[in-house]
This record gives sequence, structure tokens and C-alpha cells, in this order.
Amino acid sequence: MHYMLLCCFAEAAWTALPDDEKNRIMREYGALIRGLAERGRLRGGGRLRSTSSATTVRVQNGRPVFTDGPFAETKEQLGGYHVVDRRDLDEALSIAARIPTLPAGGAIEVRPIDSVEERP
Amino acid sequence: MSEQEARPVAEIVDALYRAESRQVLATLIRLLGDFEAAEEALHDAFAAAVEQWGRDGVPANPRAWLVSTGRFKAIDGMRRRARFDASLTEFAKQLETAATEPEEPDEESVEDDRLRLIFTCCHPALSPDAQVAMTLREVCGLTTEEIARAFLAAPPAIAQRIVRAKAKIRDARIPYVVPSEADLPARLDAVLRVIYLVFNEGYSSSSGDSLLRHDLSGEAIRLGRLLIRLLPEPEAMGLLALMLLHDSRRAARTSPTGDLILLENQNRRLWNREQIAEGTTLVERALSTGRIGPYGIQAAIAAVHAGAPDPAATDWVQIVALYDVLMRADPSPVVELNRAVAVAMRDDPSAGLALIDAILERGDLTNYHLTHAARADLCRRLGRTADARVSYELALKLSRQEPERRFLRRRLDELSESGKRD
Repeated sequence: MHYMLLCCFAEAAWTALPDDEKNRIMREYGALIRGLAERGRLRGGGRLRSTSSATTVRVQNGRPVFTDGPFAETKEQLGGYHVVDRRDLDEALSIAARIPTLPAGGAIEVRPIDSVEERP
Repeated sequence: MSEQEARPVAEIVDALYRAESRQVLATLIRLLGDFEAAEEALHDAFAAAVEQWGRDGVPANPRAWLVSTGRFKAIDGMRRRARFDASLTEFAKQLETAATEPEEPDEESVEDDRLRLIFTCCHPALSPDAQVAMTLREVCGLTTEEIARAFLAAPPAIAQRIVRAKAKIRDARIPYVVPSEADLPARLDAVLRVIYLVFNEGYSSSSGDSLLRHDLSGEAIRLGRLLIRLLPEPEAMGLLALMLLHDSRRAARTSPTGDLILLENQNRRLWNREQIAEGTTLVERALSTGRIGPYGIQAAIAAVHAGAPDPAATDWVQIVALYDVLMRADPSPVVELNRAVAVAMRDDPSAGLALIDAILERGDLTNYHLTHAARADLCRRLGRTADARVSYELALKLSRQEPERRFLRRRLDELSESGKRD
């Protein structure tokens, strides 16, 4: 089953980290991602640009309405995502728990992805 | 078939349902991979048993019969539905192939299925409320109505909670497995937390309309016994011991009118000796592994109390020492408060009072009624009546439970009376 790991982090807290700390976390991150890719567990993912570059689209009275910013203003923002292919939730959670930004804060939301061909 | 002949079979099936339906369900969930389908299959299997056993006699291994009948009923149902939903055909075929392999469930795999069920119901990806409801429903076999009554909740709310939990298990694919060795300690903690929550819900509500409420403490103790049979981990033993030792005081802790009686005032002849003996043996077993945790330490403290023939004989030196160990294993302001009370008993009330005031000054437990009740009691013993009154009143304002409130009011009245005498 495919799971999406949504990486939420307070952008301000990340920016405030010292550079060598950021570099160390990103090196660890790179190793984790390479490892997952080598074992065929990674199906996609990416780092999102800051929420200041986000635009939200809604439809009101039949017309699209575009607003500046993410869909919800919260303390933490969606900063990136990974799609992993694992057998069950426990395996997906164990990858999520190893994401190197977590000790510095934030949260990972794990969501199963519905896929039509996978249904019994 | 006459009524008389049919009756014994119905009784046998009934008794089997009570004794074995949870085991059969646990195995069916593994075989069918789905809670709803397994429950339906379970009911179909028992219905078939009433019908066929009356005619053909009771099979040699009723449990295996029920499992394989339930499985075939589920495959049948899926085939029927497959006529309308082609995607089910393949699944029914897979199940059928698996079903032709002889499945004579041995004791070990049956027990593994029960553990799988417990760990799945207590999976941390489910909300704590859902874990409790799922465990009582699926592992203990309580009905939704019984769970609702026990928690003074509306049955539809409990039903909803269970439906949502099952949907999450299916949709997020929570695995039906005993956790790996690496995950086991954390996952076992979650199971123990659920069991202790069920126990405390039953224990703290043992008044008023308790007759209508399911005996949750008893259910938790049964769960604890099942768990240590399946997985004899020291902390599981510690929790069972703790529950038994607390429950042993059940008859002594409330008066016939439902008033709370403190440990020091309880009639110790009313304590359940059998439970104390079993609890104490379990504590010793847990201690001997050298891997004792917070539940085991708390049980050891309860065992020291249980071993004292009267309050004056309580070994407070040992109790304070055990609280010191508990503070290292699982530090919290509540443990600190309990330790302060034990220090007051070992040394003198003023030593305990200083510790409680230090907790309050730090800003911890200021809204916890027991902090103020304990403070009030120490002030009262020190003859500081005005301070005692202020703390009793604070405790009364914060307490929610009626028997406790009555106790606090009584203490306040006693203060006024002794004040008059002075």
C-alpha cells in the first residue's frame, strides 16, 4: 500500500536553526531517502517551497476564488512529502519515526493513499 | 426433533459462545482480514452449530469446526456478492485456496491470534477512547450497550467509535500482528494503559448506580490474567498484581451508605486475602526478573500496605524507598505527592507538608483536589486548623466525585466542632 508522509514543521523554527545543524539534518535526510529508494520503498516526494509561495483555490458561487497563502494558517506548515510503498501502517510509521527533522520539532502525518487497482 | 433433545445442544452452544467466541473471532479476523466479515462469520458459524449439532452431534473439536464453518460461510457470502461486484471474485478465490489447506489450529496459533487481537485493538494509531471500546467489544465480548452503560455514554456514541476504529484499521491497514521485539515495549505499554484505564473506571465508580454498570474492574483483571498467560512480561504481572491488590480492598473502602473510607480507617478483615496472596506472589515474580517498571513498583507499594495487619504496623521506611524507585522509573508530580504523604507518615507531618508546599509553589498539581486534601490532612494533624480549612475548601471546590465530596464536607464539619471545643 502507498502511504503519504506529510512533513509538517514550523517554518520559522527551521529558519532559526543554526546552519551547521540544518546541514547535519539534511545530510541525515539524504541518507534516509537514498536508503529507501535503494530498497524500492520510495514512490515520490519533494520539498515544498515556503507557504508564502502558496495559493489556495476555492469555488464560491460557482466561481473559482484564489487566495494567497496555504489553506489553513497554523503554527506548523506542510513543508514536504514522501510517498512510500509499504505492506502496512506499522511499516509506514516506522519510516515516519526516522525522519531526521522530528527531533527538532514538527510532526509527520501518515495517510494511506487510495488506489483503485489495489482493492480486493 | 423434540424440545428436550434440542435443549442440551443449545446450552452447549451457549456455553461455548461464552467461553470460546473471542478465540474463534480472533482467528477468523486473521483468516478473513476484516473485523466486520469475521463478526458476521462468527454469528453464522454459531447459528449453524445450533442447527447441525442437534442433528449430527457435537464435533470432536468444536472450536476448529466453528472456525472452518465461519470461514466457509464468509467465502459463500463473498461469492454471492461477487455476482454484483466482480472485484470480490478474486478475493473469494484467494480465500478458498487458503481454506483448502488443512487448518487444525494448534494451541499456540490460537493464542497468537488472541494476542494479535489485543495489540490491534490497542494500536496507538487509534484514539485512546477507541482503544478502550474496541478492547471491551472485541477482546472481552461486551455488547455496545454494556460498554455505553459502563462509561455512562450513549450507545450510539460508542457504536460510532467502534465503527470508526474498524474503518481506520481497514483503511490505514493496521496490521494484525504481534509487534516486533523492537516495538514490543512501547506497544505493551499501550495495552497495559488500556487495561488500567478500564480497571480505574470500574474502581472509582463503585458507588451509586454501580449495580447497573458492568463490572469493569473484574473485566480488567480477567484481561490482565489473559495477557500474562499469553505474554508473561514483568510489567504485565506488575499491573495484574496492582489491580488485584487494589481490588482486594473493595469491600472495605466504602461504608454501607457509600461513603469513602480511607486506608488507615478500613476494616482490614474485609480485605480479600486470596487476591492479596495472588497479588503479592505476582509482585515477587515480577521483582525477581529484575526488569520491574512503574506498575510493578506501585504493586510492591500496595503489597507493603496489604502486609500490615494494622495501620500502625505499616512499613513506611520501605514505602518511601519504593516511591524513590518509582520517582526514578516514572517521575511525575502525582508520584511526588504520594511520596510526600509517605514521608509524613515515616517522619512527621511537617516533613510531608514541606514537600507538598514545594510542589504547589512550583505551580504543579494546583488544580488537583488530592493535593489540597493531603495538605489539609497534614495541617489538621499539626493543629493548624485555619490552614486545614482553607485546603479542605479548595479540595472540595475541585473534587467531582460525590463520595469524595461528602468525605471532605465531613472533615470540614469535624474541624468546626473541634474548634468549638477549643
